[in-house]
Amino acid sequence: MTPILNVRALVKNFAGLVATDNVDLTVEDGEIHALIGPNGAGKSTLIAQLMGELRPTSGTIELAGRSIDALPTAGRVSLGLARTFQITCLLPDYTVLDNVAIAAQVRSGHSFRFWGDVRTETALREEAMQLLTQVDLQSRANALVVNLSHGEKKQLELAVAIATRPRLLLLDEPMAGLGHVESQQMVATLRGLKNQVSMLLVEHDMEAVFALADRISVLVYGRVIASGTADEIRNDPAVREAYLGEGDELC
Amino acid sequence: MTPQTEHSSRRLLPALAVLALLIALPYLAQATGYTAMTTLATRVLIYGIAAASLNLVLGYGGMVSFGHAAFFGIGGYTVGILYQHYTLGEPLFGFIPGTNQLLITLPAAIVVSGLFAAAIGALSLRTGGVQFIMITLAFAQMLFFLFVSLKTYGGDDGLIIRRANELPGLNMRDKQTVYYVCLAIAVLFALVLSRIIRSRFGNVLSGIRQSEKRMAAIGLPVNSYKLVAFIISGMGCGLAGALMANFLRFASPDMLHWTKSGELMVMVILGGVGTLFGPFLGAAVFIVLESLLSSWTENWQLGLGVILLFVVLYTQGGVQALLGRLRRRA
Repeated sequence: MTPILNVRALVKNFAGLVATDNVDLTVEDGEIHALIGPNGAGKSTLIAQLMGELRPTSGTIELAGRSIDALPTAGRVSLGLARTFQITCLLPDYTVLDNVAIAAQVRSGHSFRFWGDVRTETALREEAMQLLTQVDLQSRANALVVNLSHGEKKQLELAVAIATRPRLLLLDEPMAGLGHVESQQMVATLRGLKNQVSMLLVEHDMEAVFALADRISVLVYGRVIASGTADEIRNDPAVREAYLGEGDELC
Repeated sequence: MTPQTEHSSRRLLPALAVLALLIALPYLAQATGYTAMTTLATRVLIYGIAAASLNLVLGYGGMVSFGHAAFFGIGGYTVGILYQHYTLGEPLFGFIPGTNQLLITLPAAIVVSGLFAAAIGALSLRTGGVQFIMITLAFAQMLFFLFVSLKTYGGDDGLIIRRANELPGLNMRDKQTVYYVCLAIAVLFALVLSRIIRSRFGNVLSGIRQSEKRMAAIGLPVNSYKLVAFIISGMGCGLAGALMANFLRFASPDMLHWTKSGELMVMVILGGVGTLFGPFLGAAVFIVLESLLSSWTENWQLGLGVILLFVVLYTQGGVQALLGRLRRRA
């Protein structure tokens, strides 16, 4: 079966700095593939290249067997890619519901419609409400985004991303800055989404990674140094040295 | 009454009151002896259309265009040039006959300024931020100097339109009739704009202002939407310019000068960025202040500057926001 995401020999140079160094990476259909690595390993840069926000220097990216190298971000989203942002990126003047509804609107076709009142389109509002229920944010539907807590913004990021009905979700540190309870909630939410969408999960929270990931790849200085199941990664000496700290107990 | 209908009726009532006042204005002007009020109000309506158009990109789309006078001037010159060819009896470019019919010149002005907006927008929107401000300014200045050097159409001196365009059944030489024509067009324009702002298109436009990155990430081809907004905005300014040329019976390079772009921006900021009626209010405040202050001193811009500073620093959203707060307190 063709993997949902297939990255081959991806390279990104920033004026002498190699941010992505010959990366090969696959995400199988229905899989949660975690990507871990120390700060500055090039994880966010990799996501930006997958989304088409950054042009890679060389290499190819395939989504469900189809090359998406030439596509702009919008084209990639319509083929089923979606992302969340590490530093939340939402529409601050809009309500929670508006933020999800606008994503549903963009997915449902072009927006060159100049007449009808979008706030009265019940189909969009209902779909958005249902997605908010999925991430347990329905009680905050009419709150303005500026008034949300950090944890709620992280949940909303996720709801907006799934509103585009993706086949592959790129999650850029969904647990970053969350407290223990919120983190566990997020893990539960993501697990609930697993039968719906494949995920590439970039995360520092090792507890969450080990709880969710089917496979883990370790990125250090732009290069994948190891890839395997949770146990294989736990016991890989190169990983222990480069990332988890020499000799220390894991977690 | 549900909260929603209550909300919309609370918005509708003041709008209807203002409309009634505007309809009665020429009679009030005659009754009180201030006949100049009608021409003043006509200018307010015309500049209001232009400022509201600019506000679509500036306030709703977050694109700070410093070159919208270009479209205002293009609209004015479309009327002027068509009129000149009409009086000379020779077609423009050898095949477009001139005309003095408002029902033809207004759509023509809208289309021509839309085409210019498409060309300028397509090039300018590759940039953002300060570069966008500068490049729109540069394009407007290029057109300004083009018209200054076009001797066929009056060059520096501008183009005199001896008679305002005709509208079947109406006497367009009458100031009051011109006022009502402008009022009708302004009301229609505000209605169309209010629909656009609440539509799917307006929704993504506002989204682009709030976060372009977010809109791209949910799959929106951001640049096409920015360009279409820019074109609609240019068309509105072209419409205002065409009305102005009819009102003044004159089109001149002054209409495209960068200071005119600045004036339109000042109107938007005075009235309230990103509000539907704010630019109309801003135009009213600007025009009234201009005529009041300039009757006292030649350096009327100094006084206007102080007032603009006050509005920007203390009203948090222009005259529109100020009125809203006063009404809530009352």
